[in-house]
Amino acid sequence: MSNFKISVRQFGVHAILVEWPNKVEESILDEILQFIQYLKKNQLSEKEWEFVPAYNSLTLICKDTVLDFDYFKPKLKEWYTLIEKVSLAPRYLWRLPVSYDLEFGLDLQEISSQLGLEVERLIELHSNSIYTVYGIGFLPGFMYLGGVPEALEVPRKSTPRSKVTKGSVGLAGKQTGIYPQDSPGGWNIIGKCPVPMFNVKNESPCFVTVGDKIQFYPISMAEYQLHKIEAEVGIYNIEKIVLDA
Amino acid sequence: MLNILKSGFFTTVQDTGRFGYRDKGVPVAGIMDSYSTSKVNTLLENDPNCAVLEITMTGPQLQFDEDTYIVLGGAEMSVTLNDIALENYKVYQVKSGDILNYGKLEKGFRAYLGIKDGFNTEAVLGSRSFFKPITEKDSIKKMGDLPYTTCKLFNPKISQLKVDSVLDKSVLEVYKGPEYKLLTDNQLGKLFYREFSVANENNRMAYQLNETIEENKVSMLTSATLPGTVQLTPSGKLIVLMKDGQTTGGYPRILQLSDMAMSILAQKRSGDHIKFKLK
Repeated sequence: MSNFKISVRQFGVHAILVEWPNKVEESILDEILQFIQYLKKNQLSEKEWEFVPAYNSLTLICKDTVLDFDYFKPKLKEWYTLIEKVSLAPRYLWRLPVSYDLEFGLDLQEISSQLGLEVERLIELHSNSIYTVYGIGFLPGFMYLGGVPEALEVPRKSTPRSKVTKGSVGLAGKQTGIYPQDSPGGWNIIGKCPVPMFNVKNESPCFVTVGDKIQFYPISMAEYQLHKIEAEVGIYNIEKIVLDA
Repeated sequence: MLNILKSGFFTTVQDTGRFGYRDKGVPVAGIMDSYSTSKVNTLLENDPNCAVLEITMTGPQLQFDEDTYIVLGGAEMSVTLNDIALENYKVYQVKSGDILNYGKLEKGFRAYLGIKDGFNTEAVLGSRSFFKPITEKDSIKKMGDLPYTTCKLFNPKISQLKVDSVLDKSVLEVYKGPEYKLLTDNQLGKLFYREFSVANENNRMAYQLNETIEENKVSMLTSATLPGTVQLTPSGKLIVLMKDGQTTGGYPRILQLSDMAMSILAQKRSGDHIKFKLK
């Protein structure tokens, strides 16, 4: 039996929104991923449907046709009771290098004084934590990561930057993440990751999937430059560890 | 090839968009006014996914270097082919060397140029729709060219269509969005009884509206958004997400536009008025 009660609602004529309790919890995310896996395997073809998970919701989007919501509502509730029979797709812990050099960590010194933490301690806390990918959105390859230690919670900048450069690692509130492309942004910038989060030339353009985990590890400026070149020519191997389902 | 002599204000290649990458944060993109382009592709007896040019506000000047057939649609602009005026929704044969010139915008905002069998520009992640940085370019550039397949002879089953144009419409039919029930009576009153005008902040990603309804204090966990989702910001502003809109958001999704309403809105520009009507 599944653990949570879900609600199934119509979202326009091409999509259905399935929602779990309004909480950020790994057990909820696990059930969402299990439900996706079950639906893909048994009920809804990936040719016709898109599956967008985020925190406590799953949005099912149908390619062309107008959905018969009255058909799908009871069906989805019924299918949800059957999810235990599927095993989850493998999940990964991705270890991503970050240079916390002050040249990249534009706001490191400022938030270090705001938080009352030495820069070294701040970097240690940020890179010792393991973060869960609760969603991908906002920009192609932008991860919503959960698991920021309380000691690192810092408000977003009062004035957003009109341009945050690609690869910048940001910190704001309970969230941290990497800007996958140049973009306006209001997060505090603490470093830069040389590994592109999104590459259209790859068969799978974004290596991370919702449910994966991320850990950052500090590298020097020289290592950053090296990895950046390796990534550009396509020989950088991202460190990954298979997680137990 | 179709040679670009002038690019116009913002001209892009669009098809029905990218499918299957929204869980990686990739917007669908694709044709903004899909109602009008469906007529264009129908007349050319094209597949509905055939790529067209989407021409925004001011048009390009284009020279064909192979024979083919074209159909114009969407916004009304004064368009000439070698100085002969053309109409929307009518099949025209073009010859190598012909020059298509877009003049004044008369009505609407986005005009479409369909070509027999569609433009053959590079498909990225399953779609030819321009969307930077998924595609290299965000719009066509002067001196560039757009590939298409030569068509010497085509006998269209129908050579002209009378289309019930979206250009004169201003009522947007909407469905209740996932967070519709958060709306107070006061907010609902404003939402459905007043007219809204399109703000200067309008593009392929989103249309903001000038008028506000009461502010909204409720925050929610980030969740999926769709083209046509109407978001309510904390200050009471309404944002209608369009085809290039982000795939997730944290603002309440109060309404969802019908497909036809998306096409109607896609033809509006700053200052134009619209009304919402529950479907």
